[in-house]
Amino acid sequence: MTDDILMDEPRGPGMATPGSILYVDSVTVSFDGFRALNELSLIIEPGELRTIIGPNGAGKTTMMDVITGKTRPDQGDVLFDGGVDLTRLTEDQIANLGIGRKFQKPTVFEHLSVFENLELALKCKRDTLTTLLFRLNGEQRDRIDQVLGTIGLQDKVRMQAGALSHGQKQWLEIGMLLMQDQRLLLLDEPVAGMTDAETEATAALILELHKDPHHSLVVVEHDMEFVRALGARVTVLHEGSVLAEGSLDAVQANAKVVEVYLGR
Amino acid sequence: MHSILNPARRGFWFGFIGLGALFLLVIPGLNLLVPVESALHVPNYMVTLIGKYLCYAILAMAMNLVWGYCGVLSLGHGAFFALGGYAMGMYMMRAIGTRGSYGNAELPDFMVFLNWKELPWFWYGFDNFAFALLMVMLIPGVLAFIFGWLAFRSRINGVYLSIVTQAMTYALMLAFFRNEMGFGGNNGLTDFKDILGFDLSQSSTKLGLYWLTALLLGATFLVVRFIAASKLGRVMMAVRDAESRVRFLGYSVTGVKLFAFTVSAVLAGIAGALYVPQVGIINPSEFSPANSIEIAIWVAVGGRGTLLGPVVGAFAVNGAKTWLTGAAPELWLFALGALFIIVTLALPKGLVGLWADLRARTAKENAHD
Amino acid sequence: MRAFHLILALAALLLAAPAARADDAFAQALGALNAESYADKINAAEALAALGDGRAAQVLDALADGRLMVAAGGAILIDRGGSYADPISGQIVTAQADAITVNNRLRSVARAAAGRLALFSPDAAARKSAVEAIMNSPGPEAADMVRAALAKEFDDSVKAAMITALASLDLTSADPARRLDAVRQLADSSDPSVRSQIETLLQTETDASVRQVAEKSLASIQFRVTLMGFVANLFQGLSLGSVLLLAAIGLAVTFGVMGVINMAHGEMIMLGAYTTFAVQQLFRALLPPDLVDLYLVAAIPAAFVVTALVGMGLERGIIRFLYGRPLETMLATWGISLVLQQVVRQIFGATNMEVANPAWMTGGWELAGGFTLTYNRVIIIFFCLAVLGGLAALLRWSSFGLHMRAVTQNRPMAAAMGIPTGRVDALTFGLGSGIAGIAGVALSQIGNVSPNLGQAYIVDSFMVVVFGGVGSLWGTLVGAVSLGVVNKFLEPYAGAMLGKILVLVFIILFIQKRPRGLFALKGRSVES
Repeated sequence: MTDDILMDEPRGPGMATPGSILYVDSVTVSFDGFRALNELSLIIEPGELRTIIGPNGAGKTTMMDVITGKTRPDQGDVLFDGGVDLTRLTEDQIANLGIGRKFQKPTVFEHLSVFENLELALKCKRDTLTTLLFRLNGEQRDRIDQVLGTIGLQDKVRMQAGALSHGQKQWLEIGMLLMQDQRLLLLDEPVAGMTDAETEATAALILELHKDPHHSLVVVEHDMEFVRALGARVTVLHEGSVLAEGSLDAVQANAKVVEVYLGR
Repeated sequence: MHSILNPARRGFWFGFIGLGALFLLVIPGLNLLVPVESALHVPNYMVTLIGKYLCYAILAMAMNLVWGYCGVLSLGHGAFFALGGYAMGMYMMRAIGTRGSYGNAELPDFMVFLNWKELPWFWYGFDNFAFALLMVMLIPGVLAFIFGWLAFRSRINGVYLSIVTQAMTYALMLAFFRNEMGFGGNNGLTDFKDILGFDLSQSSTKLGLYWLTALLLGATFLVVRFIAASKLGRVMMAVRDAESRVRFLGYSVTGVKLFAFTVSAVLAGIAGALYVPQVGIINPSEFSPANSIEIAIWVAVGGRGTLLGPVVGAFAVNGAKTWLTGAAPELWLFALGALFIIVTLALPKGLVGLWADLRARTAKENAHD
Repeated sequence: MRAFHLILALAALLLAAPAARADDAFAQALGALNAESYADKINAAEALAALGDGRAAQVLDALADGRLMVAAGGAILIDRGGSYADPISGQIVTAQADAITVNNRLRSVARAAAGRLALFSPDAAARKSAVEAIMNSPGPEAADMVRAALAKEFDDSVKAAMITALASLDLTSADPARRLDAVRQLADSSDPSVRSQIETLLQTETDASVRQVAEKSLASIQFRVTLMGFVANLFQGLSLGSVLLLAAIGLAVTFGVMGVINMAHGEMIMLGAYTTFAVQQLFRALLPPDLVDLYLVAAIPAAFVVTALVGMGLERGIIRFLYGRPLETMLATWGISLVLQQVVRQIFGATNMEVANPAWMTGGWELAGGFTLTYNRVIIIFFCLAVLGGLAALLRWSSFGLHMRAVTQNRPMAAAMGIPTGRVDALTFGLGSGIAGIAGVALSQIGNVSPNLGQAYIVDSFMVVVFGGVGSLWGTLVGAVSLGVVNKFLEPYAGAMLGKILVLVFIILFIQKRPRGLFALKGRSVES
């Protein structure tokens, strides 16, 4: 499959190929007259870590829905890796291109074990027949063990995912994201419901991922401490479009942002 | 392997071989070797009856593959069963030859009766048993593939899919009721004489059909087990639990469902083809929506998403039906209706799940002592 | 022999002969019935009929029934179950008599002749139906008989029917002038059978002027027949659509608003129909006959209350435990439907129950071409619109409607605002079931009431809701009416069953394209 070829070519920021990993241009989405996204434009460079903040209803989740193919935009372009038009692909095709997503509300497969959840997320060919005849090899098993270590669920391997605590489900979902080994990672409120220690660990994990130029990350979060810990460029969304962009300090000093957050 | 079925692997083979011996050796043995006067003798009609249940069990396993594992509740599986049955019936109709009431070598009786002069094109080839066998699998399979491709691709899921499949079997029922369709209209296909030269009225033929059905049930069991234990089986369960999440992992939900639906339809077709020579008739009422819904209740009673559940359910419900429609016919619909309600309300995991829960509880109590 | 009788008879009719001469002719024709051969008897029966004498009708009826006797002296008598009557004088006589033997051909000739004689009956309706009978099997002297009857006719509507009948009989006349008059006369017809008569005429007609007029008449009939066919299809389509709509409105509430697939919806319709039956029986038993027709008015609230209560009971007792598990809900409600059917079968038996249309719902407006707008179907069309309007108003303006919409859109928020969500669920389900009950009242007026009544509608009504768009009353209306009309327009080409199959296939393909139906709600809430 061509998707695999695309995935096997990591492109760091220093590579000669021009263009962004994600290019969102004047995207509009409306539901029954309500504009969830209003001419939103956003560019993520290869290897970049970007945090996105914004009040409720600013369009953060809808933006992720559009990028991952869940929602079709009424107008606008969404291009991946310099040229692939995401608006015409289905969710699974987009996932196979190399975009992974962690949901706001952790969604794991409750009737499958922790191990099986990770196994399903494992990066490999995913067409139906290959999946039917699939056998885990030693390398893949090691990879699963490694991720189990990272998310701290080694002793819960056989447990049904439905029996995990909320925080453990968050970690399992992060683990599934790691297993997919995607080039663009979208994380929707990854630390919601986590303890301070867990939040710190998550921040460390994200920074670790960021070290590899193969990964580009977009993190949506409310927790300002967490955003500060990531120390990345911040985009503020408001009413479906970009209100401000820059470092966290610069953004916090922005009069428009203060107005939106502190109320009119 | 890290399969959830793993701990029960030895138990599985034990049960599989045990049940296989019961159906393949014990019941035929009690029929053939034990004298008729003996209390242990299994009479011929009982062999045919159990043979019928075995067909239902295959059908239930097919339904379980798509509903129990993949979460797609098809209310049109009776249609695939009936289509398989019609394909086999067409072979046996052609095999009657000149022995029909009108003695026409080419045309089945009902066509002569309707004053047809030529065999319709879609009856060509059915005089060949191998061709008929191919059609038994191909017709339900292709219909399921096309229908499923259209439906799953447009993300018709949940109750919508159930309603649409119900409409499909309803439309087929209306179509097969028409004489012009060329499948015998109201009366369907019947008065079969023999299959591959074996006289259908002979008890040895009946026992042979029974035996074949039991063997194919075993094969179906292994096929479903292979799929359920594969990674695809786990993807199917994931689709059942959180369909859209599976898409974001990069699996084609359309492909997974289509696979399950098509394989299931082929299995249902085989069940129908085994059923028709044993009961001696196939008519359009097999397509009725009520029949298809009943299949779901066999699976639910036995236990969805378990290997053995559908077999248990098919035997339990149909056994109760045979007994009750004989003993107190007016009570049967009450019982069936109540079964639908009780199973959904109180027994979500079916009899097999109940058994597992009970065993787990006694194990816990023993551990406490 | 036959010609002689015919001339006699015509003379008797046309000259308005005095009673004595009529008696003679009658007695003579009567005596001829006691002939040797069946052929002679048939001729005699025809001749007797041709007299146009009112007394001949009962003679011919008796002959057909084998009650016409010959006394020892040759007198012809009618057997009145033990006693004999003289057909000429009408007096009872005592005699020894044997029946005149009849064969099938004679019997059918006698019956047809008796039917034609009704042309001279004192009852206008009988005369009109006699004209129709003659048109269905015109005999050789039919034209003369109708002409004779027309001369005496005074009722305008019967007269019009006779003129049309005469014209179409005259089409086969040997006289070109008669044929010309006839084709002119028939230009205003919109009856398909007249069209085919003129077509037959054109195949053999040699007279140029007759041909010309006939072709013009044919064109104008053709136009009117097509138009009538269109109107008929449209009406039948609307009628079917209204029935589908009635069956589907309740589903639009339970499925569309609550998201509950109620497979027992058809049984709610059935319960409504049985409630109608029960109310009818109650009225018949307790009230004077002229008030019995009011049962239908009482049945509407009764059916609503009965089915709404059953629905609420089911919601509280079973369905509420299954919220969020739509597939299980579907199976459980299917179980409920089996139980309800069997309960009704135990109480009322498995046979069809007769629910009579009230007098004000029987009959219809007769349009030309034998097409009738029956009152019951017209009333049901308006009734279903009224039900839909009432429901829309309830949802839009009542506080219950507001609560219902609030609960369905955001259950936790509605609960937090103090709306009793459980009660709203029960009432909503009760409302949907109650409307199904009202649909049952309407369906009892146009079809059989049996325990299987609901099963016939379940697939169709789901199709309507899915096609129109779940949760949209407007979609349900458009869906039901368009499916009804399309079905009826397909029927003439494809036949009733194939038409239905085509519609089902169309819907199955349609929802591939628009999985949310015609009038889809759009938004994040529906995409989950």
